Amino acid sequence: MDGLNIPLSHILLVSSLLFAVGMLGLMMRRNIIFILMSLEVMLNSTALAFVAAGAHWGQPDGQIVFMLILSVAAAEVAVGLGLVLQIQRRFKSLDMDNANRMQG
Amino acid sequence: MLEISLFYIAATVALVATILAMTRANAIHALIYLIVSLLAVAVIFFLIGAPFAAALEIVIYAGAIMVLFVFVIMMLNLGEEGDAREKQWLSPAVWAGPTLLAVILFAELLYIISSVEGPVSTAQVTAKQVGLTLFGPYVLAVEIASMLLLAGLVGSYHLGRRALDRNIHEADARALSESNSNSTSDSNADKGAQ
Amino acid sequence: MRQLIGLIPLIPLLSSVCLMLLGSRLPRLWIGLLGVGSVGLAALLTGLTAVDFLANPEPFQLTLWVWMQVGNFAPGVAFYFDGLTLVMMSVITGVGFLIHLFSTEFMEEDKSYARYFAYLNMFVAAMLILVMADNLLLLYLGWEGVGVCSYLLVGFWYQNSANGQAARKAFIVTRIGDTAMALGLFLLFSELGTLNIQALGVAANETWQVGDKLPLIACLLLLAGAVGKSAQLPLHTWLPDAMAGPTPVSALIHAATMVTAGVYLIARTHELYLLAPIAMIAVALVGLTTSLMAAFTALTQRDIKRILAYSTISQIGYMFLALGVGAWSAGVFHLMTHAFFKALLFLGSGAIIHCLHHEHDIFKMGGLRTRMPVTFWSFMIGSAALAALPMTSGFFSKDQILLQAYQVDGIGPWLWLGGLLGALLTAIYSFRLVFVVFFGKANTEPDRDTGWRMALPLSLLCALALFGGWIMLPVAEVFPVASGLHPAHWVEYVSIAVPVVGVVIAYLVFYSGQLPVDGLLNRPSMQSLQRFWHSGWGLDALYDRLFVRPYYALAALLKGEPVDAVYGLIVAINQTLNGWLAEGQSGQMRRYLISMVFGLIVVLAILLGVF
Repeated sequence: MDGLNIPLSHILLVSSLLFAVGMLGLMMRRNIIFILMSLEVMLNSTALAFVAAGAHWGQPDGQIVFMLILSVAAAEVAVGLGLVLQIQRRFKSLDMDNANRMQG
Repeated sequence: MLEISLFYIAATVALVATILAMTRANAIHALIYLIVSLLAVAVIFFLIGAPFAAALEIVIYAGAIMVLFVFVIMMLNLGEEGDAREKQWLSPAVWAGPTLLAVILFAELLYIISSVEGPVSTAQVTAKQVGLTLFGPYVLAVEIASMLLLAGLVGSYHLGRRALDRNIHEADARALSESNSNSTSDSNADKGAQ
Repeated sequence: MRQLIGLIPLIPLLSSVCLMLLGSRLPRLWIGLLGVGSVGLAALLTGLTAVDFLANPEPFQLTLWVWMQVGNFAPGVAFYFDGLTLVMMSVITGVGFLIHLFSTEFMEEDKSYARYFAYLNMFVAAMLILVMADNLLLLYLGWEGVGVCSYLLVGFWYQNSANGQAARKAFIVTRIGDTAMALGLFLLFSELGTLNIQALGVAANETWQVGDKLPLIACLLLLAGAVGKSAQLPLHTWLPDAMAGPTPVSALIHAATMVTAGVYLIARTHELYLLAPIAMIAVALVGLTTSLMAAFTALTQRDIKRILAYSTISQIGYMFLALGVGAWSAGVFHLMTHAFFKALLFLGSGAIIHCLHHEHDIFKMGGLRTRMPVTFWSFMIGSAALAALPMTSGFFSKDQILLQAYQVDGIGPWLWLGGLLGALLTAIYSFRLVFVVFFGKANTEPDRDTGWRMALPLSLLCALALFGGWIMLPVAEVFPVASGLHPAHWVEYVSIAVPVVGVVIAYLVFYSGQLPVDGLLNRPSMQSLQRFWHSGWGLDALYDRLFVRPYYALAALLKGEPVDAVYGLIVAINQTLNGWLAEGQSGQMRRYLISMVFGLIVVLAILLGVF
């Protein structure tokens, strides 16, 4: 484990790319399952950035924030998938464009 | 040197798998690409000296959360026509605008990252260190996280109940019958007016 | 006994409240008993008090409670009782009782029987408070109270919009005078520090000299209030229209009591007027001008009630003339006799109107002498008293006024001459009424003569109108003594002769036709003069042009709410923007996400210093 190290900026680059792709999916997809997946990708990319930063300083804090993000993601998915089931039952479809009753 | 090439390979795999996951029509396919992407990220974690995080990534993210997705998709019982509709929704007219926005955002992030310099430390941050810190200065965060998970538990239980389901159906039926009766009375009034 | 005078206004007031609350549930007999009985009881108490007072003529004051206390300003609900109060109270309760009794027959077919008596009783209570008040603030309360009752009763038959119009006119025009009077009260209080009438007289004499400016202003402001209430020039226009109310109301409010409140006010505050000779001359001139104007107008009217209304204006003008020349007791005397004979005339006309199915035009009546004898004789006596034929009550009071007017230095003879002209006209128009209505060819058939409830008040008032002149007013203590000088005898003879001449002229023109005036009247110049007189000297039209129409125009302008339009613009802008923003609320989650990302990009760009 010596010699050339991985530059931090490259890891952050990967993290940003993952974030952008996740956001693209979020904006693009109409299926709520894919929307939830996009959210997971975005959370994961953020987690990557935190862990990388923690490694950069040689501190454990980055990994702790990663674990917090993990628990947020777990809770979010649990509630989100519950909503998916309800939406499927009510609208007989996963298309979020159908769930537009709150329009002004 | 090996580490660096391993990192780039893992990064490429993660990116490609994510892009493929975002563009699949079939949810299960997308999910499997997503798992691949998560595994690749776990490799990166391992490479930058965070083995505990890598393990959690695999166990919880790829293992637990993604399996939850799989269960739900199985419960929903999506058919072939769903795939066709998904393909139809992925036309260029739909993704052009979001892609532009995503590219701009990425450019901005790039601009921010460009000022970052230096390598990540090669020294490992072990699970022991993480555990000591977690239950030391961050113990309050642990409590908050536990509350959050409890809330998620209660929320998902509530949302998944059949009783709620029935209530919703009754409310819908009532609203439907009301709107029907309104429209019939309206039409009656119209007839009277005529 | 003297403690009981507090009950006199209270009884009609309680009765009024009872009628308002329970009126619709009581049988008619009870309503009549309550309405008439309460005023009758008040009249009885007044009579008892009068007996007591005449035996021991000492003015007294009765404080019921302190109304309000603000610093050193503590007006009480307190009554002051002296000869003038007694005269006014007797007129109000006595004549009021007779008119109430008359009303029970006049209004017997009306649906709103209880409402009528509730208003009428409330009026009596307010009028009693007005004349009994020991301070000007309580007087003002009664003053406004009678104004409200007048409004309510003029517009009693509110289903006809013209009546509502007349009621509003009466209210608004008198309000002009009332405002001036309120200003006068403010001035008096700020200068003299009290509103108690007796204390005011003392303080004014201590503070001011004769001819000072402040008493002049205060007196003119009070005069304006009196002019509004008593329908004198230039605020007289409401009274002829106020005849829209039921006829007994006209008799009580617009002939006998309320319209004389102005006379009472000036008589009550005469100590102030004595300090302002110019104000007194103004009072006299207002009275004389009004009396002549109204007499000319009465000569040309056709509506029986309008003739009597203008006659009332004219007679109150006489009272003002009397007050202006310092003949206080003569003015109050005329007030009393006028209350008798004008109430008689109004009730007589009410009887005619009642029996002729609400016919008002005198030229559609005629020949009623034999068919309505009671009414004929009451009208005959009333007109004689109005015309001041010798030995009637009007003769004594009017004669006193004219004689005392003659004695004023400088303008006295001119005032006397004007008064004589007025007396001549009064005699002519009052007997024109008698000859046209009761003699000549019958044009309408009355279905009956009056019942006893009408006949009894008429007869009693006949007696009062005939012999009221012999009543000695107990006001010697109240007013300063008039000069003992007596003018030359010829002045008196002329004053006596002029009304007789007027009656003869009326007889020749309107009954026997021996004095041919048709040719004269048909000339264009005379025609236009007649029209001018008929319209009340064009004042109504003038006010309409000067005040009413500009006001309507202003109201029409403001109806569009020009100021509000500016704020309305703000509202419209906000609503438009709201509409646009509501468009954005599509309910489509992807659009929200896209706009969120867009916002994120912009915020990031700002943070990075791109903009």
